[in-house]
Amino acid sequence: MTVGRVILGLLTLVSALAAVLMVIANPVSHSEVHTQTWNFNGFFGAYDQAELKRGFQVYSNVCSGCHAMDLLAYRDLRDIGFTEDEVKTIASQVQVMDGPNDAGEMFERPGRPSDRFHAPFANEQAARAANNGAYPPDLTLIAKSRAGVGFLGHDGADYLFSLMSSYEETPPEGVTLGEGMYYNRAFKGGQIAMPPPLVEGAVTYDDGTAATVEQQAKDVATFLSWASEGNLEDRHRIGIKAVLFLVVFTLIAYAVKRKVWAHLH
Amino acid sequence: MAAPVLKFKNPVIRWIDYRLPIFSYLHHEAYEYPTPKNLSYWWNFGSLAGFMLVVMIATGLILAMQYTPHVDYAFDSVERIMRDVNYGWLLRYIHMNGASMFFIVVYIHIFRGLYYGSYKAPRELLWQLGVLIYLLMMATAFMGYVLPWGQMSFWGATVITNLFSAIPWVGDYIVTMLWGGFSVDNPTLNRLFVLHFLLPFVILGVVVLHIGALHRFGSNNPLGIDTKGPQDTIPFHPYYTVKDMFGLGVFMIFFAFWVFWAPNALGHPDNYIPANPLSTPEHIVPEWYYLPFYAILRSIPDKLLGVIAMGASILILFVLPWLDRAPVRAGTFRPVFKWFFWILVFDCVILMFCGKYAPEAYWTPFGGEIVDADTFTERVAELTGLSHEAALNAVGEMWGVNAASGQFGIKILRLGQLATIYYFAYFLVILPLLSIFETPKQVPLSISKPVLGGGQKVAHAAAKPMEKA
Repeated sequence: MTVGRVILGLLTLVSALAAVLMVIANPVSHSEVHTQTWNFNGFFGAYDQAELKRGFQVYSNVCSGCHAMDLLAYRDLRDIGFTEDEVKTIASQVQVMDGPNDAGEMFERPGRPSDRFHAPFANEQAARAANNGAYPPDLTLIAKSRAGVGFLGHDGADYLFSLMSSYEETPPEGVTLGEGMYYNRAFKGGQIAMPPPLVEGAVTYDDGTAATVEQQAKDVATFLSWASEGNLEDRHRIGIKAVLFLVVFTLIAYAVKRKVWAHLH
Repeated sequence: MAAPVLKFKNPVIRWIDYRLPIFSYLHHEAYEYPTPKNLSYWWNFGSLAGFMLVVMIATGLILAMQYTPHVDYAFDSVERIMRDVNYGWLLRYIHMNGASMFFIVVYIHIFRGLYYGSYKAPRELLWQLGVLIYLLMMATAFMGYVLPWGQMSFWGATVITNLFSAIPWVGDYIVTMLWGGFSVDNPTLNRLFVLHFLLPFVILGVVVLHIGALHRFGSNNPLGIDTKGPQDTIPFHPYYTVKDMFGLGVFMIFFAFWVFWAPNALGHPDNYIPANPLSTPEHIVPEWYYLPFYAILRSIPDKLLGVIAMGASILILFVLPWLDRAPVRAGTFRPVFKWFFWILVFDCVILMFCGKYAPEAYWTPFGGEIVDADTFTERVAELTGLSHEAALNAVGEMWGVNAASGQFGIKILRLGQLATIYYFAYFLVILPLLSIFETPKQVPLSISKPVLGGGQKVAHAAAKPMEKA
């Protein structure tokens, strides 16, 4: 009787989980997205610092020409392995509008680590004017705001990687590209206004890694995932501790329950 | 009321208790409170729901200290919590996923009540208070989802508030009042924030009433029979406190999985895009816990009727005690009811599924895919050799089923309609009919008998009857 109940309970649990998964999984396939292995997935997942640094290099050499990252400050770069001095140097390379000063004037000064990433355009209109009417979105949360095919259909890194590496010079037959559009298999509808951003060898990595398009795509997708979810490593670390604690707590609670209930029957 | 008994050793507690018998009251209601001895683990979910309410209020309070309810700052203030507030990400992820956990727990709690007939006399008011809590929870969760002011927040708010415009004559006026203007804007966000802060405390008040009503007759139990005396009950502490503690541990491990390893899996990615009134998301989808009701809403093409159906699907629970007149409470002893109950559970999952996808899309259960209408028609045309127009007609007529080629597909809208029909039929037709035609199995005479099993112990239990009552 008890065994039967346990089996029934487990069956119910499994079907409930299946139901939940069925609803939250995302079988709608908009486009071609390729699943990659990411260091930061899984229970112990953590970002690869070398990958992050390379990704930052790709972002600053390529993406930052059009895309802002409003929510990141230069000081955040310390988390991906840059030293205090390196961060200062990186920040000082941009000119930031500050003010008003004592005379009531706005003035420009070199960036500081506490400044947010410098935006390439003053506003959306300027960005559209410079990009054939298309608006290059802010990249800080791009990894979290795009569904991929990874875990439960929410792994944006897969999508970003696929998008970066799925351009085709000639669109398939029957597809007519709009004015100033490019063909990309991973983009919904296939037509994207962003020109192919990554070119083999266009970035020279400081650590000597060969800069293939795939390599750059992987690195920048990792960097963007970190930008959207910088707390991931802390989260995993604390999660392991929390679950270990909870398992011990639960086992003790179960033992106490057994003991208390034992002299009931 | 009897004068408080001076049974506390601590003199301070004794002093207070003599003047304000709060400790005697707690001792009576939370310590010696007689509880049926045969409660299964399905009875853990009430206390888990209470726990989740506390978690939500505690985390929500701290989040509210850091949040800015203004259309220009709300999104960034949430991101600031995630990035710059110490452990802000943890608080937010607990709160965010906590809402889903709260609903999971409450749904199990509700279905447990449905199966074991916990809504039947004399617990009708207890049940109705529970339905009220659930309604308040839905309102609170909706308002909370609006606060980060992402794309889904904004468009969800637009869709839901617009539902009120279906009310004849006064609908538009009500919507304007809700918005505080002529579109979802800053005044809307402000009032939703205030209400999101207020309602949990209203819920807390109703929970107190819910527990008050519960303690009038005590918990129902897996046998669905009344307790016949002290031999059927055990004190709440330590038996159920320790059992609840174990259940809490298991539940927290499940909760922790979502918070630490899949914190955004239950949300929609679009909500990490700041709200933009000029750009509508491709699919506006509510949170998973609203999906069944969203499916019911959309399964009726008429706006007003859809809203009425959606409202009725919850309001019907208020009158459930009078729809199901069967005297036997527990589904265990109702051989026919049982089947319809499990079909209802399955039906709600189907509704949830239908709520997730566009109504005009097709689901191919054997292909395991959701395909849009065009693609599906295309496939039917290809497989049957029909022209596109003929295929379009065939698809429309056949409710999206193309059995000839083995490409079986059903239109989400139709599936949702079937599921909606069953949902209402369960309450309005099946339960009333079962009350008349079903022959229940023999119900045990008392809780002690099946629990104790052997004959001599029953005799022992019967030897000292009703010493307390």
